[in-house]
Amino acid sequence: MLDIRRIPIPALIGLILTALFLIAAIFAPLIAPYGNGQIVGDVWEPMSSTYLLGTDNLGRDLLSRMIYGARITIFIAVLATALSFSLGAILGFTAAVVGGWFDTLMSRFVDLLMAIPTLIFGLVVLSVLPSTIVTLIMVMGLLDSTRVYRLSRAVAVDINVMDFVEAAKLRGEGTVWIIFREILPNALSPLISELGLRFIYAVLFLSALSFLGLGVQPPNADWGGMVKENKDGIVFGIPAALIPAAAIAALAISVNLVADWILNRTTSLKGGRG
Amino acid sequence: MSSPILKLIAQRIALGVLLLLAVSVLIFAGTQILPGDVAQSILGQSATPESLANLRAELGLNEPAYVRYFTWLGGILTGDLGTALSSGQDIATSIGGRLWNTLFLAFWAAVVSIPLAISLGLLAVRYRNGWVDKLISGLALASTSFPEFFIGYLLVYFFAVKWQLFPGISTVYDGMPFLARMQAIALPAAVLTLVVLAHMMRMTRAAILNVMQSAYIETAELKGLSAIDVIRRHAFPNAIAPIINVVMLNLAFLIVGVVVVEVIFVYPGMGQYLVDHVAKRDVPVVQAVGLIFAAVYITLNIVADIGAIVANPRLRHPK
Repeated sequence: MLDIRRIPIPALIGLILTALFLIAAIFAPLIAPYGNGQIVGDVWEPMSSTYLLGTDNLGRDLLSRMIYGARITIFIAVLATALSFSLGAILGFTAAVVGGWFDTLMSRFVDLLMAIPTLIFGLVVLSVLPSTIVTLIMVMGLLDSTRVYRLSRAVAVDINVMDFVEAAKLRGEGTVWIIFREILPNALSPLISELGLRFIYAVLFLSALSFLGLGVQPPNADWGGMVKENKDGIVFGIPAALIPAAAIAALAISVNLVADWILNRTTSLKGGRG
Repeated sequence: MSSPILKLIAQRIALGVLLLLAVSVLIFAGTQILPGDVAQSILGQSATPESLANLRAELGLNEPAYVRYFTWLGGILTGDLGTALSSGQDIATSIGGRLWNTLFLAFWAAVVSIPLAISLGLLAVRYRNGWVDKLISGLALASTSFPEFFIGYLLVYFFAVKWQLFPGISTVYDGMPFLARMQAIALPAAVLTLVVLAHMMRMTRAAILNVMQSAYIETAELKGLSAIDVIRRHAFPNAIAPIINVVMLNLAFLIVGVVVVEVIFVYPGMGQYLVDHVAKRDVPVVQAVGLIFAAVYITLNIVADIGAIVANPRLRHPK
């Protein structure tokens, strides 16, 4: 059904790069030549055969830090995306099926949340919350679920008036059945392409927070945090901070390419609808 | 321009004020969600009960939340933003110059990016499906995927360190000559421009393409109007509303992008001020600056809506 030769080249590049990032993240301790916090050499050594990407601001091997950084970045972004998706989709579907005051209340609250730029509200909330990875995931997931809510509600409102949903309601099925057995399977394909975009957004949001010093706290570091650690080297012409920044860009682009391809595939499967 | 338009605009502004009020409640509530309280988080776990009680009394934390909210809101409406916990300085005084710096930076980024984006968008329509068009959609993919600090440090690395054309750290001070100030903000403004450019370009292209493919444009062409007249009389009036919307959306985006860019270039603006005080857990400053950012964002959205109402007669008669 899926012929590898028929995957367009951009999507193939995206798939391979995404897979590489995932492998690096999962098998980090096996691949990394040195430990995450292990100081192995001088500060900001250039790239060499011992330290493939050089060393960082404390003399730790940059390549090893990058590999562990991939793990932290992807782990947090995946969990935040999972939270925003389950929360946003369930609330959005429920709002569409139940309607009435619940729909109005939820939708107005989401409008209100989206009236504040996400980064600004994230900073406001993080100013009083403890800086742990759990808070970070919760804040990122909750703030991003507003966008998933809007999309899933819009999709579910369309499905909700279809005959098979009507039939299920007349059969006497409950709300939970209708949401999970009638709406969810039919709303899956637009939601899946959105999944990729939300994941990219989570990676960029996390990197921005960590870059500002409000995300992952040292000695652990995600890629955004590594940019922060090494940014002072830039003015001396040491490009160490550019490497994690480029990795974020590469991850975002490759997931974007895959998401584009999935979007095109699912829309063409439906006979060009949407 | 008759009274129905004015009425619509007045309605839109009133709605915006209401929204801003709701946002102020949300921002205030956002800093109250902690199970403990602000005093605890400022002093840390090791604080003695006495110092906690003192700080609580000083911050007025013994009052119920809604009383504190109305005190805060009343202060803001009379221009009193409170005092910073970390430095004891008056927030309104510290913000004054910084707000101006931020607006100065965002203004020049907008002045460069808006005409550039619209003309590139027109170019993309003119040569659609050609290499210009492909290049533009490639750029758009890159700019939605690149974090601001990647673009920022790339520019610093090449333009400030390798070629030494512009300063890598944007120091500005009062009474600085205009040209020196422009040189200082060149790199941050360039980063902001690059961040919004591709998106604005792509949306402009979509808006104009949408208009160019409608039946009335074909009719105008078929009845023999010159290309310029087609654009001037038919395409432009219909494309202006979506373009205004695109521009305003991106200006709102600029306001957010400014936070990260100011930190990259150590630029003394609102974003830097906000980030510093989030790290210090200085709640009054965070609330005040957060509210100002939200207010600017909401205002730009209202301006976008009003622009659309004025430019598009169809929006003047809502059901």
